[in-house]
Amino acid sequence: MAMLTIKDLDVYYGVIQAIKGISFTVNEGEVIALIGANGAGKTTILHTITGLVAPKHGSIDFEGHNLLKTPAHKIVSLGMAHVPEGRRIFSELTVFENLMMGAYSRKDNAEITKTLTEVYKRFPRLSERKKQIAGTLSGGEQQMLAMGRALMSKPKIMLLDEPSMGLSPLFVSEIFNIIQEISKNGTTVLLVEQNAKKALSIADRAYVLETGKIVLSGDANEMMNNDSIKKAYLGE
Amino acid sequence: MEFIEQLINGLRSGSIFALIAIGYTMVYGIAKMINFAHGDIIMVGAYSLYIFIAKVNLPPVVAVILTMLVCTILGITIEKVAYKPLRKAPSLAVLITAIGVSYLLQSLALLIFKATPIPFSSFIEVPALQIGKITISGITIVTFLVTTVCMILLTLFINRTKIGSAMRAVSEDKQAAQLMGINVNRTISITFAIGSMLAAIAGILFISQYTSLRPTLGTLPGIKAFVAAVFGGIGSIPGAMLGGLLLGVIESLSKAYISTELADAIVFGILVLVLLVKPSGLLGKNRIEKV
Repeated sequence: MAMLTIKDLDVYYGVIQAIKGISFTVNEGEVIALIGANGAGKTTILHTITGLVAPKHGSIDFEGHNLLKTPAHKIVSLGMAHVPEGRRIFSELTVFENLMMGAYSRKDNAEITKTLTEVYKRFPRLSERKKQIAGTLSGGEQQMLAMGRALMSKPKIMLLDEPSMGLSPLFVSEIFNIIQEISKNGTTVLLVEQNAKKALSIADRAYVLETGKIVLSGDANEMMNNDSIKKAYLGE
Repeated sequence: MEFIEQLINGLRSGSIFALIAIGYTMVYGIAKMINFAHGDIIMVGAYSLYIFIAKVNLPPVVAVILTMLVCTILGITIEKVAYKPLRKAPSLAVLITAIGVSYLLQSLALLIFKATPIPFSSFIEVPALQIGKITISGITIVTFLVTTVCMILLTLFINRTKIGSAMRAVSEDKQAAQLMGINVNRTISITFAIGSMLAAIAGILFISQYTSLRPTLGTLPGIKAFVAAVFGGIGSIPGAMLGGLLLGVIESLSKAYISTELADAIVFGILVLVLLVKPSGLLGKNRIEKV
C-alpha cells in the first residue's frame, strides 16, 4: 500500500520551474532512490514533502494526511523524519542536545530514553562524544548525528538527502550499511543520492530525475543493468 | 575609596544595561533583527509602574508583577503585529518598522502623559550598607541582587530546558529546527516575551534611581544597551552581560576621572576600537552565515 503519494507536483522558485509535474509513490517498507544530476530537483522534492517549500500545484498524501495543509513543524510528529542535505546539525549544541532535538515533538519521556539508548547502540561514536559540541565532529560523524537525530523521532519514513556527500569512501559504505539496517528495522526510506550506484545497490525501486521531470522509473536491480543508466549515471 | 564607589556605581548602571542588552541580543540571535523599539519597552514599564503604584495604589509587589506582565504582552504583540508579517522581507524593512514602532510608543506616551516630566519617588526602601568607608545604597544592593538572579535564571533556562535548547536550535537553523518539530513562530514569541520581561525589570530598576518619567526615557538606556550588546558580541547572551557591565563601568569611571561631558564619547570610542580589533564583539563568534 502506498504510504506516501505525490501527484502532479509543480514547484517554482520565482519564475523558474524546478519541478515539472512529478508523481510518484513510496510503499511501506520500501527503500526508494531518487537519482539524478545536480540541479535535477531532488532536494526540492524532499523540501516540498516536509513543508519547507510550497508547491504551486499538486498534492502530497502521507498515510491519509494532506502534507500541503500541515505546517512544517507538525510533519515530524506524523512519523516522517527528514535528514537534510549538508546534515544541518545544530553545530553549537552538544551531540546529546542535538539528539534530544530530534525527539522534540515526542512527549513520552521514558520511551525517549529507550530510543536514545538504541541510537547510541547503533552509533557508538555518538555515545562516546555525547557531551561534545556537534560542530567539532568530523563530516562522517555529523552525518551519523543527523541520522541519529532523525531516528530519535521514531519515524515511519525517513527522507535522506545526499547522505554520502563529502564523505570518505569508507564512511560512505558505513552510511549505506546503516541505511540498510534502518530499513530492515521497519522504517521506510526515501533516498536522494548523486551516488547512483550505491543508491541503486540498496534500493527496491528508483526514479530518475532530469531537470525537474521523472524520465525513468522501475526496479532498482533492472536499472543497474540498463545501458542508458549505466552510461549516464553509473560512469560505465 | 572613591574609586571603589565609582566602580560600584558603574556596575549598578551596567547591570541594568546588561538586562536590556540581553533583550537585544536574544532577539537578534533568533530573529536576526535589531528591535529598536526595545528601549521604549523600558519606558512603558516605567509608566506602568507609576500608574500601578501612584494612581491605583497597588502594593509594590503586585505593581511590579503587573508591570512585567504589561511589557511581556506588549513585546509579544509588537512582534506579532509589526515584525511577523515581515519575516521574509528584506532586513532593512524590518529595521525601519522597528524604528517606527519605537516612535509610535513614544508618541502614544506623549499623548497620554504629556511632555512634562512626572516625578516618581522610588518604592524600593532598603537601608544602605556600610562597609568600612564605602557606602552602598539600598537601590544598588537591590539592583545587584535582581540582575544576578535574572541572569542566573536566564542562563539555566537557555541551557537546561527543552524550550531553551529549541531557542538555540532556531537561532542556528530555522529550517532544521522546523524539521525537528519546533514551532519557530512560537519560539520567536517566547524570545520577545523574555526580552520584554527583562526590559520591564530594567525599567523598574532604572526609574527607581532616576526619579522622573518622560516619554523618551527609554531611548538613551536603549541605545547604550544596544551598544553593550554589540560590544559583547551581538547574539551572545554572556556577551550582552559582559558588554553591559563593562559599558557601565567605563561610563562611570570616565565621568569621575576624565569628564562628564566626554563620558559618552569615550564609551562609544572604546566600542569603535573594540570593533576594529574584533568585529564580532568581545564574545561574539564569527559564524559563517549559511545561504
